[in-house]
Amino acid sequence: MSFDARHLLGIEYLRPDAIRTLLDLADRYVDLNRSPQKHSTALAGLTQINMFFEASTRTQASFEIAGKRLGADVMNMAMQASSLKKGETLIDTALTLNAMHPDLLVVRHPHSGAVNLLAEKVNCAVLNAGDGRHEHPTQALLDALTIRRKKGRLHRLTVAICGDIAHSRVARSNILLLGKMENRLRLIGPPTLMPARIGEFGVEIYDDMREGLQGADVVMMLRLQKERMDGGFIPSEREYYHRWGLDADKLSHAKPDAIVMHPGPMNRGVEIDGTIADDINRSVIQEQVEMGVAVRMAAMDLLARNLRAARESEGDGKGVMV
Amino acid sequence: MSEQPLTLTNAILINPEAGTESPGWLRIENGMIAGSGAGAPPKGRAIDCGGKYLAPGIVDIGVKVCEPGERHKESYRTAGLAAAAGGVTTMITRPDTLPAIDSPEVLEFVTRRAREAAPVNIRHMAALTKGREGREMVEIGFLADAGAVAFTDCDRVVADTKVFSRCLTYARALGALVIAHPQEPILSRGAAATSGKFASLRGLPAVSPMAERLGLERDLAIVEMTGARYHADNLSTAAALPALRRAREAGLGVTAGVNIHHLTLNELDIGDYRTFFKLKPPLRSEEDRLAMIGAVREGLIDVISSMHTPQDEESKRLPFEEAASGAVGLETLLPAALRLWHGGHISLPALFCALALNPARLMGLPSGRLSKGAPADLVLFDPHKPFVLDRFRLRSKSKNTPFDGARMQGRVLATFVGGRQIFGKEGN
Repeated sequence: MSFDARHLLGIEYLRPDAIRTLLDLADRYVDLNRSPQKHSTALAGLTQINMFFEASTRTQASFEIAGKRLGADVMNMAMQASSLKKGETLIDTALTLNAMHPDLLVVRHPHSGAVNLLAEKVNCAVLNAGDGRHEHPTQALLDALTIRRKKGRLHRLTVAICGDIAHSRVARSNILLLGKMENRLRLIGPPTLMPARIGEFGVEIYDDMREGLQGADVVMMLRLQKERMDGGFIPSEREYYHRWGLDADKLSHAKPDAIVMHPGPMNRGVEIDGTIADDINRSVIQEQVEMGVAVRMAAMDLLARNLRAARESEGDGKGVMV
Repeated sequence: MSEQPLTLTNAILINPEAGTESPGWLRIENGMIAGSGAGAPPKGRAIDCGGKYLAPGIVDIGVKVCEPGERHKESYRTAGLAAAAGGVTTMITRPDTLPAIDSPEVLEFVTRRAREAAPVNIRHMAALTKGREGREMVEIGFLADAGAVAFTDCDRVVADTKVFSRCLTYARALGALVIAHPQEPILSRGAAATSGKFASLRGLPAVSPMAERLGLERDLAIVEMTGARYHADNLSTAAALPALRRAREAGLGVTAGVNIHHLTLNELDIGDYRTFFKLKPPLRSEEDRLAMIGAVREGLIDVISSMHTPQDEESKRLPFEEAASGAVGLETLLPAALRLWHGGHISLPALFCALALNPARLMGLPSGRLSKGAPADLVLFDPHKPFVLDRFRLRSKSKNTPFDGARMQGRVLATFVGGRQIFGKEGN
């Protein structure tokens, strides 16, 4: 099988054929999810723990539904309210959980690299649900699935990613994934929200949104965090909307059949005009949410297969891996 | 102290003062170097060096020993053992302890601890401002009288230029040396890496290398204004070097230092968030590393130090942004520095200028030389001996070395302080 990873820590660590394998399986889960009988037994008997060190409703719900549809025992831990407040370190928390023999650990953490660190210390499969400004691999995979289904392919497309690139793990994972699949990438946003030397990743950089959107097949908008709007990175919300908010006029520079994406939650009237977000001919934002569940099912299914294979080859039903 | 004179024979003598590297013998009497030569050695007690290299012992400025406050990270005893094993014969310790060494009383405590517990020479630096808070200057006069060799707030920048310029003015009147780690503190706030492709890929908060130049330019202007003795330590970027060169050419008597990690590692070594590579300032680009080596070779940078910073496992086993900065270096300074020699960047006499002679001169010490009358502080080493570093075999209490598992070349065979062998097999 071409998906042989033990963890899903980032797109950086995936080869193109592994990405294709995962998306193909996700396509089948989309069909399952649309059928009246939504259940499978792929994860039956396995325990999935969702550890969110940073608040998230949507991603956590998506992982929870994905796990439950596959028959896993799912447990949510609200980590902000838990032991970290009592001074326990991330590693101690990981070791404590590890002692309970989970099989899948879904982790979101406010610091880049925290999920990699945790993965070194546990015996189960770890899925990165977003770490700091580093990666958010399932978001990039669900975006890829959405694009592939809408455009019929995932290569030789012109994709524009717009907004706060610097603080966005969604942007990083998408840059890596779409780059690996050989697409033309453009990053558009104010220079204060552009990461240093990002041009060396083989992307084109634009300050001007109309120029950047010229001929784009896919327009991917990013959320602008409220705390960045205070004059530190951009002068004001209204100037941002004027220059980088997606409205009908700016979108008219993209291809007529260009699709509009957003990872949510949206700030209507800041980075995107409400009517565009709701335009069913252009916006695929609701499909993204649907694809999210399917992609997460596929990712957990594949990791669980690898986990079981590894345990069998060790001839040890207790699930000890090194 | 050896009563009997001792001759170290059959050695290759590295003389940084003369810039020479030649076979010969060296004679020790009453803890001092009594002479050296190339012909037949004098009669009497002798140690055959087996054709290995004999150099002045390393004078390492900026060593952190975690007393008072964090003895579980490093004590004077363990730091002393590490120094002896690393060929470091004089440690100049940093004042960034808990509490800071900012009063004659604390200085007296560490002086006593150092004397009781360590086999190598130890001198102490004191903080420049009380509590290293950048607000009020310490009792520079009392501290100098009590033996402080320099004044520094270490990695904390005295951001208030009025406070900093008054400290320098006051220090000048006493002839006291002020050491700073130049950095623009606001621009670099919260940074865990150097801005660039690597930090962008890893999603780490990063600082432009220009922050170091901004800090250095500010300091140099204040040095010009006050005339104080100033050493810019822990420089790491190519961007800062033109400012240093201009100051030198203008006749400003400033000196500068670099730590060994910025000469031998770059930002890519951080890899998948390896926190033993989290330093302050952060590791830089390969271009910066090569520029720093060039600056050492041409003498623009005077001193190489280990910037020995012990951290326990707990403070390193954290997400990269949250982990503590710094690395231990006493035992790896020489083998790491020899990478520059093996790589053809620098000669051994020039290397020992930066490791021994220049730091000794800066601190007003008579060591760092092989000349007659200098203290017999010596290191005998085999620069070719290969080994794989195992961090758990370090003598430091803390094992946070970026060289764990690294292939290195160059081992210390024996270390002498005041003519007495404090490390290595007898008769080596």
